Amino acid sequence: MAGAPLASTSATLNRRAANGNPRVRALLIALTIGFLSIFILAPLVNVFAQAFAKGLDGYLAVFWPPSPPEGATLGVIQQRKLAEAAVQSERTWSAIRLTLAVAAVVVPLNIVFGLAAAWATTKFRFRGRALLVSLIDLPFSVSPVVAGLVFVLLLGRNGVFGDWATHLSWPDPFSLRWVGFDAGFPLDFERDFTGVIFTPLAIVMASIFVTFPFVARSLTPLMESQGTDEELAALSLGASGWRTFWKITAPNVKWALLYGVILCTARAFGEFGAVSVVSGHIDVNDTMPLRIEKLWNEYNNQAAFTVASVLTLLAVFTLVAKTAIEWKTARDHATAEGKQ
Amino acid sequence: MSRHHRVIPGLPLTLGYTLFYLSALVLLPLAALALKAGQMSGPELYRVLTDPVVTASLRLTFAASTIAALVNAVFGLIVAWTLVRYDFPFRRLFDAIIDFPFALPTAVAGLTFANLFLKDGWLGGVGGHITAGINALAHTLGLGAPLPADALDFLTFPYTGQTGGIVVVLIFVGLPFVVRTVQPVLLEWDPEFETAARSLGADSATIFRRVIFPEILPAWVSGVALAFARAVGEYGSVIFIAANIPGRSQIAPLQIVTRLDDFQYAQAAAIGVALLTISLLVLLVINGLESFSRRHERQA
Repeated sequence: MAGAPLASTSATLNRRAANGNPRVRALLIALTIGFLSIFILAPLVNVFAQAFAKGLDGYLAVFWPPSPPEGATLGVIQQRKLAEAAVQSERTWSAIRLTLAVAAVVVPLNIVFGLAAAWATTKFRFRGRALLVSLIDLPFSVSPVVAGLVFVLLLGRNGVFGDWATHLSWPDPFSLRWVGFDAGFPLDFERDFTGVIFTPLAIVMASIFVTFPFVARSLTPLMESQGTDEELAALSLGASGWRTFWKITAPNVKWALLYGVILCTARAFGEFGAVSVVSGHIDVNDTMPLRIEKLWNEYNNQAAFTVASVLTLLAVFTLVAKTAIEWKTARDHATAEGKQ
Repeated sequence: MSRHHRVIPGLPLTLGYTLFYLSALVLLPLAALALKAGQMSGPELYRVLTDPVVTASLRLTFAASTIAALVNAVFGLIVAWTLVRYDFPFRRLFDAIIDFPFALPTAVAGLTFANLFLKDGWLGGVGGHITAGINALAHTLGLGAPLPADALDFLTFPYTGQTGGIVVVLIFVGLPFVVRTVQPVLLEWDPEFETAARSLGADSATIFRRVIFPEILPAWVSGVALAFARAVGEYGSVIFIAANIPGRSQIAPLQIVTRLDDFQYAQAAAIGVALLTISLLVLLVINGLESFSRRHERQA
């Protein structure tokens, strides 16, 4: 899964060497195309087909509900419908804001951690290093539901630190009143919180848990293979540790770092299980995936797919960026080998 | 080497921060899980895990994950092989979208699959078409109609709310694991070995069975194990498509959520520990396989 540079020359050789039975080849190609079309292409295209089931107007109405024409007299039912549509779209916006805010906290924290962890585990040798590396990967093998559950058991009512955590009162850290603004888009969920579970703080924690290994894992193989020679050279010339890091290590690993950040962001936006468990199904705690579930349960098919289409576009972007980075690293690798 | 490493600064800072962050956000919460489950007495724990609804959900999770992993084992191998060995239109596109299940949020996957298999969904009639197609083919070959008309009805709503639908989404989430572990091994493979085998008189099937397959076996098994482990813990996509009827179409992670909604924390913890143990066992198998194949490589 890591962006290992593909040995394209040997791949070409392999394809040329494939002189097997043409019937077998045709059958396998047909099976591959059929399988991938049903299992990957169909669901992907279906998201957009369903999202645009009511046309572009229907799609946009999920975010910007139609307002009544100026001076029109509306019946009670029409007024109610408009008010309902306004409430629904506000809930969707609130989910989008919360998703962005959570990712804005989670991703930088995981970048700092990933850099620190990769530095400690690749530039040094110490006892327990292998154990530390496997512990960093641990969240990948934990079910998302269990990832949410552990925080409820730690900080929820009856939790290990439940007495302390449930009486914790804290103001909304995302509120713009801290910087002198009255609240407004995009960060206007003004609340004061009690407790940790069923608040955005728990959503942040659960999201950190499930996205924990991405940055560290994409950096480690590269930093391991680059060794310490360049850093030692810089240090011996009198550069400080920070300067060595910024001028030597950071440029060397920037693409791997970007790769990890993209994967981490995609997962932070899309996490469902862990976030669902700690959100308490409260509307103001909805992130975009949770909002999709609520719309689906309310039989609001087209709106659910509209929100889903935004996340799907992000996923497509993630894949494009990932492929671009892989090609770039493979090319850099090839150029570096050509020079030698 | 160790003298050199000491020249590089930052070990106390980075290691300290790593340990702090890891402990606070991963190890401490996991310890809470162990503690909560440990507070139950042995018989109590046994009663929770042998509750018919819980055993049924664990059985369903296992059965569906196993079927999905086996389907992925076969098709993942075919897809990886085809992508590496053959050229066909849009090969690069198909190669790139293999990672789509990694990038797509699970809720979106569940939503779109649940919709695809509705009666008027794109795949709602696919089971019937496949059955009819196989029967028509058999008929022209003079074999009668081997499949009853409803043989693949598990691919149609409302039957997709049961095991069939769950298996389909688990195939989706597990597919890239198999393809992406087998693919690099096939890419690295030196075709000289095949030429050698062919010159010794082996046919294609024998070459695959005796020469290529042993080479990709460890990667293939660990890919399938990863797909299985992912399927066991999967929640988001499954609850969209499954009917979620206790004892029939409720997966084990949903049992945890149900217990939490009833404030049965200890019971939820017990099921959580069971799931976590399974995942860690699979992980151990994978690690064992990897170190085995590394040792094997070094000997060769």
